[in-house]
Amino acid sequence: MLRKNTTPGKLIIVEGIDGSGKSTQIDLLYKWLHSQGKSVYFSEWNSSALVKSTTKRAKKRKLFTPTTFSLLQCTDFADRWENGIFPMLKAGVIVLADRYAFTAFGRDVARGVDPEWVRNLYSFAMQPDIALYFRVPLDVAVQRITGARAKLKFYEAGMDLHISESRVESFRRFQERILNEYDKMVSEFNLTVIDGDFTVQAQQRLVREIVKQKLEGWEGLPKPEGHPLVTIQSDINVVKGGP
Amino acid sequence: MENAIYYGAGFPYRELGDLSGKLIVLEGSDGVGRSTQTQLLRRWLEDEGFAVSDTGLRRSKMTQKGLEKARMGHTLSRITMSLFYATDFADRLENRIIPALQAGFIVLSDRYFYSIMARDIVRGADPGWAHQVYGFALKPDIVLYLKADVTDLVSRLILGRGLNYWEAGMDIHPSNNLYDSFIDYQSELIMMFDQFAQEYGFVTVDAGRPVMEVFSDLQGHIRNLLEDQQPIIEENF
Repeated sequence: MLRKNTTPGKLIIVEGIDGSGKSTQIDLLYKWLHSQGKSVYFSEWNSSALVKSTTKRAKKRKLFTPTTFSLLQCTDFADRWENGIFPMLKAGVIVLADRYAFTAFGRDVARGVDPEWVRNLYSFAMQPDIALYFRVPLDVAVQRITGARAKLKFYEAGMDLHISESRVESFRRFQERILNEYDKMVSEFNLTVIDGDFTVQAQQRLVREIVKQKLEGWEGLPKPEGHPLVTIQSDINVVKGGP
Repeated sequence: MENAIYYGAGFPYRELGDLSGKLIVLEGSDGVGRSTQTQLLRRWLEDEGFAVSDTGLRRSKMTQKGLEKARMGHTLSRITMSLFYATDFADRLENRIIPALQAGFIVLSDRYFYSIMARDIVRGADPGWAHQVYGFALKPDIVLYLKADVTDLVSRLILGRGLNYWEAGMDIHPSNNLYDSFIDYQSELIMMFDQFAQEYGFVTVDAGRPVMEVFSDLQGHIRNLLEDQQPIIEENF
């Protein structure tokens, strides 16, 4: 359903449920590629400045339905796509994305929207050159998130689905549904599965191996001497979990 | 409308039950007189004892502020704009139109998703994509298409509230003046509406006539629709 990448750039994305460790991995990958002299651009899920105030308002007042949630997140993605990711790819940059359309295919379908409908929404986007799916057992992910977070947020915990009164229980069941959707996507979208149970370093070794192989012989946009960054959102160094 | 009919998958996560109200949509170009007719229809229907709810583009509580702000800037790209409007539409459909229909209201919708889709396609969106985005949309009981030619629109707007940037499609027809842009852009939109009229079965009403003549046509179509729901007739007292 996603278009083929016909640009000179390379698109690398990470996916996985909350607490899978994907953000840590892409942060390390970013720093490594950068130190290798590559031009890299980073884009994070749900970070469009244009849509931000609307998302915030809707979350605070609990205005979302599964359909409007899906549409607004796609609006956010479209803004990042049209004004960031796509032009960067055209310029021959390596674009790293922390979460991609597959997050929507997982979460929105877990919320009850039609799988074909949400796949069509994102059909303007391109199939990544590398799509890394960090798979962890449900218990591990839940443990990581509930241990690190003071309180799970309403939509993060899937409270809008009325699965359970308990946020932790609701979160677990919601993530379980998402996990099932991800597993279905592995063959549909050719996701490369990385075992999130490995140590951070072992995972990173694997990630670099995969990326190195894919980039062999590829010449992207050269990075000018003395320019540390192409364009970069300032929060790249902050490893943020959650949605 | 009794049972909900969607253009696509609808809202698979919710059961709508009985929709005893009626969804009446007024479509047509900028400046064709939709809001005037909506007001007249509302007054008339309320006189007849019907509960009426109205809605129009960009009135969603969720997206209104953000969308207005985005329209002021220059960073609202094509797909982003399509989806932002789709969010506004979905929010109003789920949180305003459907509850009103469930409560037995007559909902007068000043434009529906057809207008948004026409603008998207004129701006280069893939028609197949745009149709599928609105697969959640409810099929209205009737769509009244107010049709006027572009010279009519111009004279109305110039003598009325004036031409504006978006209505002239200045973002896609960067001609050096609003007038030429308006003519080009609105002509393309009218072609889209004519095509949709076939595809979606709109009732076309000639809007190039005096307001009350148009109104009386609209009344006729709506009366037919409400045949089974007799208005309250009472003697003046």
